[in-house]
Amino acid sequence: MTVAVVGASETTELGRIPHLSQTQLHADGAFNALADAGLSVKDIDGIATAGASPVDLTHYLGLEPRWIDGTSVGGCSFLIHVRHAVAAIEAGYCETVLITHGESGRSGIGRGGGGGGAASFAGQFEVPYGPMGPTTLFGIGVLRYMKQYGMTHEQLASVAVAQREWAGMNPRAMYRDPITVDDVLASRVIAYPFHLLECCLVTDGGGALILTKAERAKDFPQPPVYILGSGESVESPMISQMADLTSSRNFRIAGRDAMSSAGISHADVDHLMVYDAFAHLPIYGLEDLGFVERGEAGPFIEEGNTRPGGRLPLNTNGGGLSYTHTGMYGMFALQESVRQVRGEAPAQVDDVNISVCLGVGGMFAAGACIVFGKELP
Amino acid sequence: MSKEGLRPRYAPTPTPDTEHFWEGTRNHKLLLQRCTDCGTVYFPPRAFCPENGSTNIEIFEASGKATLISYTINNRQHPSFESPYAIAIVQLEEGPMMMTNIVDCEQTPEALILDMPLEVTFEKVSDVITVPLFKPVGALS
Repeated sequence: MTVAVVGASETTELGRIPHLSQTQLHADGAFNALADAGLSVKDIDGIATAGASPVDLTHYLGLEPRWIDGTSVGGCSFLIHVRHAVAAIEAGYCETVLITHGESGRSGIGRGGGGGGAASFAGQFEVPYGPMGPTTLFGIGVLRYMKQYGMTHEQLASVAVAQREWAGMNPRAMYRDPITVDDVLASRVIAYPFHLLECCLVTDGGGALILTKAERAKDFPQPPVYILGSGESVESPMISQMADLTSSRNFRIAGRDAMSSAGISHADVDHLMVYDAFAHLPIYGLEDLGFVERGEAGPFIEEGNTRPGGRLPLNTNGGGLSYTHTGMYGMFALQESVRQVRGEAPAQVDDVNISVCLGVGGMFAAGACIVFGKELP
Repeated sequence: MSKEGLRPRYAPTPTPDTEHFWEGTRNHKLLLQRCTDCGTVYFPPRAFCPENGSTNIEIFEASGKATLISYTINNRQHPSFESPYAIAIVQLEEGPMMMTNIVDCEQTPEALILDMPLEVTFEKVSDVITVPLFKPVGALS
């Protein structure tokens, strides 16, 4: 092992601290440990915590992490974070990890303050204004995107049309009948500017993956699908506090790290999955991964580049819009990448050697990217 | 926006780091924080600057002026709102973004024009919580 503890501190006070919320206790311990190490928040590129979301802590402290661990399995979670941090630092996923604990166990100030509770930031500064889950929040930046780049409603609708074409080739897809841009725009408005056919399905289902060492991979009945690169980040528990409503910082960081750790360029990518809870996700994904310039993804999809026969096959299972969407769809995006690299997808793309899979968590709160390959470099 | 038959708007729980903000809105003041080391104005409230961790911060009253950055219009029924209603993100003159509702304005794409100038107004929800809302500049309330 080659990893050391270079900063450590408890909160300034202990015992009874009714003047600090649970999140403030995390921050107090974090700043004390940073001072102990002679570091600032800008030196931290990995965050691990339990009992609070690493997303909340990232936004609260002003971090920009490349590695996140939210393993929360009780009081030993922080020991597990240490172990996971050792692996991450040795793997080069990040350099400097902050592991925090804060708990208002006696005073109960802001306890359960993460994830949208009444004392969380989202609870205080978003919930009072009437959001009703992802349909009202996920797309809240799209009108700004449309004004900034001139994207049309038709271009947004064309995302759903292209993915329905793929779904039509997939017997397991929930919706398979072809649709047109006019069909999309004629469907019920769920939350302007989003129509029903621009929103994901709500389904039941699941999936699983099994990973082992590459050197063992040829001992198994299926052809191996290698993980060539990866990246991850978190930004804010509140979509209103994204640094840029027209782009995801998480997508940019995760995509950059995934592509660079795989040692590939965009031209090497044969197949792409972008988690599509709503029709604008593939637009943001294509741009934030760097496949097209900012503002160009709408026309790129409208022109047919991502549909069957296009030069960048995208969401070839039909995606969350047409295939399935249980709620945490990322598992299904991974499954389709694996199928395409194995060569066994229902809508199989020719000669897929490299597949990139980009996922989102929350409403742009988290992002991760995996590069799969048929061969080791 | 609260009407007969609707449940009162959700009233969150202030925390020690946000108490001054909610005290401000109770007094119809929109309070922000500024780092006196780097000048960053930030929101939501924290006891340190999210840019550099400095605790050299000051609280000041915002102008209340803002522009409309983006929104969605919810068509589904909400227990506290009359549908359709817009959930908006505005940018304060001082820089920070804030989620809010736009009042004294039709809740339609034709009336809600991006970059339109807005000014703050306040709605009492409970003895503790008064929320900042925004209305088009010049609108009568």
